[in-house]
Amino acid sequence: MTQTLQHRGTVIIDTRCANLSSVYFALQRIGDHPVISTDPEQLKQADRLILPGVGNAQAAMQQLERMNLISCITELTQPVLGICLGMQLMGRFSVEGHCSLLGIIKDNVVSLQRTADIRLPHMGWNCIDYHHEHPLLFHIDRGSYFYFVHSYAYPESNKYTVATCEHGQRFSAIVQKDNFIGVQFHPERSGAAGEQLLKNFLRL
Amino acid sequence: MLAKRIIPCLDVKEGQVVKGVRFRDHEIMGDIVPLAKRYADEGADELTFYDITASAHRRVVASTWIKSVAEVINIPFCVAGGIHSVEEAAKILASGADKISVNSPALSCPQLITDLANQFGKQCVVVGIDSYFDQATGEYTVHQYTGDPEATRQTQWKTVDWVKEVQRLGAGEIVLNTMNQDGVRNGYDIKQLQQVRACCRIPLIASGGAGTAAHFAEVFEQTDVDGALAASVFHKGLIAIDQLKTWLNTQSIKVRLI
Repeated sequence: MTQTLQHRGTVIIDTRCANLSSVYFALQRIGDHPVISTDPEQLKQADRLILPGVGNAQAAMQQLERMNLISCITELTQPVLGICLGMQLMGRFSVEGHCSLLGIIKDNVVSLQRTADIRLPHMGWNCIDYHHEHPLLFHIDRGSYFYFVHSYAYPESNKYTVATCEHGQRFSAIVQKDNFIGVQFHPERSGAAGEQLLKNFLRL
Repeated sequence: MLAKRIIPCLDVKEGQVVKGVRFRDHEIMGDIVPLAKRYADEGADELTFYDITASAHRRVVASTWIKSVAEVINIPFCVAGGIHSVEEAAKILASGADKISVNSPALSCPQLITDLANQFGKQCVVVGIDSYFDQATGEYTVHQYTGDPEATRQTQWKTVDWVKEVQRLGAGEIVLNTMNQDGVRNGYDIKQLQQVRACCRIPLIASGGAGTAAHFAEVFEQTDVDGALAASVFHKGLIAIDQLKTWLNTQSIKVRLI
């Protein structure tokens, strides 16, 4: 067995996206020792995984296909945290590039609507709201601010939505289906609240 | 609803944070990483680093200090300075920066904005605009290479036209720096920001002129900018970010309190 296969902690799936190192450093700051990998065996053996993502949905899906990671990811049974585009990739279909996604969350990723006052991308600090307690939200108050950067999102749904945010319209800030959790914001760049959320994820 | 962003700007020259008055006569303010950490801890919503010598002198900012900053701070940050290509931008983003900002190179080669947006998504692509009010003509025009007094020149662009053009090309955010106000702490250029806001459908950040807490309230109330950037008032300790945000909150301006 190679040394890399002995790593059981957090694996950050290498989507070749720009926020990989930000996520890596954020986990280090809270005392975790993640590894970055595209090795399917290492992904399967991880205690938990993070699917980061910044950029274009279609390009990211093509990247996962090239690396033969599609079925590997959808079959994972450990906690998986999708961040921003990583969260959107868990969906069924995205209007961004009109591409099929991983199909875990049976919802489509839609474009936020631009109006005179509502500017896109939705970029900056916005607060989240939620109706039910959730382990990921332990010690995080309603109205806490997180850092968002996106133009597409899941609509609010009764089935998967854990927390919402509003930018012209209400959309899902956090979704969950079984072991798959997605956050539309960037916890790695969301100050103390983001650090608390990542700590909560490590304890799931 | 989005909070209004308070953004300290750290002008970087040869590895140190500097600040000049009206873009000239730079004095050293301190080391990069401790200042960045201090601002993040005090409640800054974002940081911007400008390597002010880079574009005129064709240097690329060192990725080592970018990585050091990324390791330490837990808020987003943007790096600017002589980014001429997708490859240079890729290195900076891979080092941990969240956004890259282009200014002079985008004026020389506007296609750069589109190339960057296509490669990284427009949310990563900030266009910085240095705008100067010419008393003689009564017009705002865009200036280039403002980091170096020897190289600074006026372009053919009127500011509002360039604002429209960069949006068309794929910019995700605009930082409008009003050069007449820079470093003199007389308040933001409200009139110009109102004009630009009217034709800017992407996030707009005001830069240049902050001297008092009231200037921040004024720019948010009167121009609906998404964020306000400032340097000397923070570096010199004239305004503490945590106190500023607490006060803005009492003025019914939506800010993130920590």
